[in-house]
Amino acid sequence: MPDLRELYQELIVDHSKRPRNFGKLDGANQQAVGYNPLCGDKITVYLKMKDDVVEDVHFEGSGCAISTASASMMTEKFKGKTRQEAEELFEVFHHLVTGGAEKDSDTSGKLGKLAVFAGVSEFPVRVKCATLAWHTVRSAMRGEQALVSTE
Amino acid sequence: MLTTGVAGLATGTVTKFDVDRIRLDFPILNQQVHGKPLVYLDNAATSQKPRAVLEALRRFYIADCANVHRAVHLLSERATTAYEGARKKIQKFLGAADEREIIFVRGTTEAINLVAHSFGKKFINAGDEIVITTMEHHSNIVPWQILCEDKKAVLKVAPINDAGELIVPELEKLLSPRTKLLSMPHVSNALGTINPVREIIAMAHSRNIPVLLDGAQSAPHMAVNVQELDCDFYAFSGHKLYGPTGIGVLYGKTALLEAMPPYQGGGDMISSVTFEKTIYNRLPYKFEAGTPAIANVIGLGAAVDYLEQVGMNQICAYEQDLLAYATDKFERLPGVRMIGTAREKASLISFVMEGVHPHDIGTVLDQEGIAVRAGHHCAQPVMDRFNVPATTRASFAFYNTRREVDALVEGIEKVREVFA
Ligand SMILES: Cc1ncc(COP(=O)(O)O)c(C=O)c1O
Repeated sequence: MPDLRELYQELIVDHSKRPRNFGKLDGANQQAVGYNPLCGDKITVYLKMKDDVVEDVHFEGSGCAISTASASMMTEKFKGKTRQEAEELFEVFHHLVTGGAEKDSDTSGKLGKLAVFAGVSEFPVRVKCATLAWHTVRSAMRGEQALVSTE
Repeated sequence: MLTTGVAGLATGTVTKFDVDRIRLDFPILNQQVHGKPLVYLDNAATSQKPRAVLEALRRFYIADCANVHRAVHLLSERATTAYEGARKKIQKFLGAADEREIIFVRGTTEAINLVAHSFGKKFINAGDEIVITTMEHHSNIVPWQILCEDKKAVLKVAPINDAGELIVPELEKLLSPRTKLLSMPHVSNALGTINPVREIIAMAHSRNIPVLLDGAQSAPHMAVNVQELDCDFYAFSGHKLYGPTGIGVLYGKTALLEAMPPYQGGGDMISSVTFEKTIYNRLPYKFEAGTPAIANVIGLGAAVDYLEQVGMNQICAYEQDLLAYATDKFERLPGVRMIGTAREKASLISFVMEGVHPHDIGTVLDQEGIAVRAGHHCAQPVMDRFNVPATTRASFAFYNTRREVDALVEGIEKVREVFA
């Protein structure tokens, strides 16, 4: 039986209540909007890219605890990362929340604090919440214009 | 003051409603989820099915399965009799004047689309206006937007107040000589509001404007009589009325249905076909192209029989009592705000909780065995009106109990613990 405490870890609740890097970003040169039609969650991710490096990243919008915390912790993680590293993190994080992590001992090393999202894999309907910001940042980074939807 | 005139609403006390016995009729209720007894409070999304419906479906497939209106063999005759028998039951259930006014469709959505296509094709022209309300389900918005775009017609939206009640004088102002149809919910799925439709229909009729009622959330909760209401169309979904999925009903007044062109073409809806000219079948078959959802129609007939046996007025009174009980508890929950506090409401509570997103509430409650809906309830304009991204909605049926309301309230306390 999945455990609520596994999902709503202290760190997640904390970030959901006090999201970091929240709000518009001065000097952003890329942005994208992500939408989860299932629950109406909508976030905007702002990126300031310098050459190939994420100099700064912010987000804003309204969402559940999982999507807000995931966005918040993602922005912390992404600062200073190259485009290539960010794309790799996307894959590793996706792997984690969809339940593929056990086989991959590298995961927690690469993700650091983000490993607290492992509990999401026990709640399949919440995977989209956890990955909304990630899909959105990837699309911002790739310069894709369309609204990102989880459906 | 406008009143909805719903019989069960006025009845304060409930006598002789044996909910424990009722629950035995719904086998699905007797199960555990996540190790807790199931508390099913998502009835506005879809309701559970009594044994009588399951048995009718089974009997059809085991004993009577055949196509309708087509063959001389005995099974087809039995299937046709059962199918048309269900139409008569539904005619009676809705108080329609004639069984030909009962058209089987997939659900409320298809019923509204049928009217938008067919009535729209014939009666809507450039510059005409269609009036809806802020409290619509998307299925009573989008078909009209599509039609209006196609016909260069205009969609007008009547506002609601902070309690989630329609502001009737504002609605009245929108009714003009250009208004060709008023389409509105009898009961709001997101707010629970019961609209004073009888008065509104009279008001529209005095200007020769026909009215479509979206009855998806009224048919399951109160006795409805389309002739007394005098609505021109009434749509509902079988699956919300304790019947099977994939079946619903469009009621329409004969004169209007006669004047409307067919919706889809195919078998059953014609009386003769040649390459030069096809003659359409009479009502209701003109609107029922192709093999219908025969088993589901029969299942819906069984649901209606069951509901009549329990009694719609008894159901309404019991649910009102349960709603009053739940509302009282919710009013005393700190940090919880109800969205939709109309004076006359069907048995649902939509709410938001300070600092906790509905989606998280939904997950925590699910772990407690409690099924609720979290989201925009296909009514985004309602969410916008109340300036919330989403709500959590607990919607009650007559098989729900006070004990289950208590479980919900305890579940909300649990939510508070998790996010403390
Ligand atoms: C008020 C209202 N109208 C229309 C619908 C659409 O019903 P269906 O999806 O069964 O076609 C619903 C169901 O969610 C509803 O609650």
